[in-house]
Amino acid sequence: MNSILGWSELTPILPELIILATACIVLVLGLFTSSEKGGLLVLTSIVGVVFAAITTAKFHMGDHELTRQVLFNGNFVRDYMGDILKIAVYAVMLFVFIYSKQYLRDKNIFKGEFFALMLFGMLGIMIMISGYNYITLYLGLELLALSSYALVAYDRDNMQSNESAMKYFILGAIASGMLLYGMSMIYGAVGTLQIDHVALQVSNTNNTMLLSFGLVFIMVGVAFKLGAAPFHMWVPDVYQGAPTATTLFISSAPKIAAFAFAIRLLAQSLEGLFDNWQHIISVIAMLSIIIGNLFALQQDNIKRLFAYSTISHIGFMLLGFVGGIDGYAASMFYIITYALMSVAGFGMIIILSCKGFEAEKISDFKGLNQRNAWFAFMMLLIVASMAGFPPLIGFFSKLVVLKAIVDQGYYVMAGIAVVFAVIGSFYYLKIIKVMYFDESESDQEITAGFDVKSILSFNALLQLGLLLFIPSILSYCIKAIETL
Amino acid sequence: MIGDQVWLLFWTLIKIVAIVLPLIIVVAYLTYAERRVIGFMQGRMGPNRVGLFGFKLWGLAQPFADTVKLLLKEIIFPANANKFLFLMAPVITLATAFAAWAVVPFSDGLVLADINAGLVYILAMTSLGVYGVIIAGWASNSKYALLGALRSAAQIVSYEIAMGFALVGVLIASGSLNLSEIVNSQSGGIGSWFFIPLFPLFIIYFISGVAETNRAPFDVAEGESEIVAGFHVEYSGAAFALFFLGEYANMIMISALTAIMFMGGWLSPFTGDSLIAQPSILWFFMKTGFFLLLYLWFRATFPRYRYDQIMRLGWKIFIPITIVWIMVVAVIKVYKPEWIGG
Amino acid sequence: MLEYLVSAEFYQIMLFYVYSFILLGAAMAVVTMRNSIYSALFLILSFFSAAALWLLLEAEFLALTLVLVYVGAVMVLFLFVIMMLDIKVKPNKGMSSYTKVGLFVALLMLVEMMMLLGKKLIPALPQDDLVKHIKGHSNVKEVAESLYTQYVLPFELASVILLVAIVAAILLTLRKRKDYNHVKPESQVHVKATNNRMRVVKMEAEKGNDIGGDS
Repeated sequence: MNSILGWSELTPILPELIILATACIVLVLGLFTSSEKGGLLVLTSIVGVVFAAITTAKFHMGDHELTRQVLFNGNFVRDYMGDILKIAVYAVMLFVFIYSKQYLRDKNIFKGEFFALMLFGMLGIMIMISGYNYITLYLGLELLALSSYALVAYDRDNMQSNESAMKYFILGAIASGMLLYGMSMIYGAVGTLQIDHVALQVSNTNNTMLLSFGLVFIMVGVAFKLGAAPFHMWVPDVYQGAPTATTLFISSAPKIAAFAFAIRLLAQSLEGLFDNWQHIISVIAMLSIIIGNLFALQQDNIKRLFAYSTISHIGFMLLGFVGGIDGYAASMFYIITYALMSVAGFGMIIILSCKGFEAEKISDFKGLNQRNAWFAFMMLLIVASMAGFPPLIGFFSKLVVLKAIVDQGYYVMAGIAVVFAVIGSFYYLKIIKVMYFDESESDQEITAGFDVKSILSFNALLQLGLLLFIPSILSYCIKAIETL
Repeated sequence: MIGDQVWLLFWTLIKIVAIVLPLIIVVAYLTYAERRVIGFMQGRMGPNRVGLFGFKLWGLAQPFADTVKLLLKEIIFPANANKFLFLMAPVITLATAFAAWAVVPFSDGLVLADINAGLVYILAMTSLGVYGVIIAGWASNSKYALLGALRSAAQIVSYEIAMGFALVGVLIASGSLNLSEIVNSQSGGIGSWFFIPLFPLFIIYFISGVAETNRAPFDVAEGESEIVAGFHVEYSGAAFALFFLGEYANMIMISALTAIMFMGGWLSPFTGDSLIAQPSILWFFMKTGFFLLLYLWFRATFPRYRYDQIMRLGWKIFIPITIVWIMVVAVIKVYKPEWIGG
Repeated sequence: MLEYLVSAEFYQIMLFYVYSFILLGAAMAVVTMRNSIYSALFLILSFFSAAALWLLLEAEFLALTLVLVYVGAVMVLFLFVIMMLDIKVKPNKGMSSYTKVGLFVALLMLVEMMMLLGKKLIPALPQDDLVKHIKGHSNVKEVAESLYTQYVLPFELASVILLVAIVAAILLTLRKRKDYNHVKPESQVHVKATNNRMRVVKMEAEKGNDIGGDS
């Protein structure tokens, strides 16, 4: 029975409320803060995120640790997976805030709205993670998407930024339309939008025609939002055109949200159609790995290169979806580590940029070792982790995914994935070669502040440091998937 | 069976005619009243010559003379104007102005269509009127007309928000979107009428209504000293007459709605059992007439607002006040303090 | 037969088809019209037809809100912008190669979907009669109840989305001009004709012989 909203229901949603309040505070504070004193805005954002993290952790540790709380008449769920993913999002967002402050100051485009929009986008991410109804999930997605469009167009005097925002917006709107159409088909077939009710209805029905018809459209929408091939066209243009601070954001935290979105829609509500979507997912995953790695080979713009590398990483992540329960856990592990990697990669680009100069080209990294050996080493760690070289975290995340699908007997797919991962390592090696063996073209000092430098170093060292925690993170992921 | 259907259709048609025909006559005499009243206020005579059968009758036949003149005039199409849209524009204006009358209750049960969402219907219909203005401005292929149309569209859209919010206050207070129920929830003498608890909304609604109908002092859309006559500068003859009819029908509409929503519609201000305390359609007409008089009074009194002042008034003053007052009304409605009663 | 032809059900079905065809036709016209003003007007027509279809479902509140919000507010601003832009109407140059390929693919997909849906889906669709509510049923109440109980979280989220849209629109378009003289109405109203507006200055009379300069 429908009930009126009660205070008790507001407690589990407290992290979301904190982020919303922080966003509004930052929005208002931004009006009274000049760009020189912008540190206050970043500080407020960080404090908000930290508070949200504390509340999430507190609920997680509490009595409800393994129970699921379905709230707001089945619109919202607080569960183990949600908690873990949200904590990962908080971590990533803290890095994002600190790096983007540096970038916005250098480019002289510092405004309060940037952080407010990021916080709103973050709220969308959290809703996507915790939505338990198609409508809630969709609204979370739109909240994230709308903030992202604005953030991509943020540098409004830059034609490239505008163009990429336009592309992103139009394609994103079409994808949202597809997704909604698919959802309405599912609704037509089962007569409900709540995830567990849909799952129940799907398992009871024997006519899957309308369901698989809707499923196809949902898959298109999900694949677009993830940026998986063949719906990946927007990714390189948007990554390149957007201000790097925005690229930093859209390449990291939203990927975690897209993973949760896919889990909620496919694994949780349409579990009964596993046989149907498994084929589609495997084709999308394979295509993403192949296209991402092959096209990345030809790029000389590092943002574009990272974009194609994202596509291949998403392909790897989707590969896990083929492998059932273990595969989901592997995907979850993969996406969390990838978000931390990606944020470090774009952080490097930001730290090498400075006033009036954007370290966009691979050639800008030439001879980084001579200029600054420490950051060359950091970049080495990040890139090697992305490529999946042992003993870095990127290697283990790939390994976990491959193990999950090999266990299910998908040897051919695993083989293709490994081959293209090896091909892909070529372009990562190119960056390393350029850094260590080429002559430097400029003697530009790294002008970033000490805080940014130390945080970035920490972020890069995480690629090594996380090794210690692999078993525990993996067990969290498995537990999260098991308690879905 | 068939007979019933045909009769229903016929009966509805009769009811429509019974609303529209008096409305047109009231419009005609409103123009007469306007000139007489403003004439009186400015110490002039106003129209007093045109009579019937050789009697002057204080100029009472003036509206008919005007109508005949307008209908006989040629409709001139500007060069390269879009003929279809040019002719559609006045029709849209008039049709939306008349369509809104379908849900207006004149007295208890005396209403053409007693629909649940009457208030939303009225808002929807009045908001459509702007299309007549915009299309007229664009289809005339004239700079003045286009400028007038843009001014008018911006003004109508801006004031519609304040107007809508004011109506939200009414529907919170009455708990219904049905106009008859809104009137009935105000029963119990003048003290129960909504203009007392919703005083700011009442004022804002009426002023927004004046702005929405592009009447003085908000008539920048016509602004004869700046853009000649705005959106209908290229219209003449019967097409112009339709715009005129639409504008005045809208004025009466706003007055009638103000009477219904804030002044208790057909209800009597007195309580008790005496004859004067009975609800009657006459009360409704008197209240509507009072607000129409205010329209004319405004026109005779106030100078025209500047465009930016209009926008400022709408966005920065009216909308915030309405939002605050909606909250006040909602709090009163939920917690019902003792001292308010009812 | 004649009974059926005058029955309310028959009229409802007829109206459904009439409005559906108008809706589809108008939607097609939105895309194919070369004059963007006509496109916008056809979009309005399609909104109207959609509202009429909702009325047939006895969802009068939704229908009226559609007219009020989309036709009455959104499309007005749309038309407003299109008129301001002064877009030149492009002459018809026949179909571009993209259009041809696109049409071909669309046609192919249409045939495919019709084969698929016609065969398997149509029997699976519910065959219920038209929606009929009991007398006194209030669509307003129904919408309000589910909006503020069942869907209160999505409802609040939608408001956040609108807030983001406002922030984004202002962020991307507001440009503060430095040479712009702001009008301050609050100080304007305090101006008095005798003290503030006018200043009487004493001046020496100028000599007129310099007029015209040295030309």
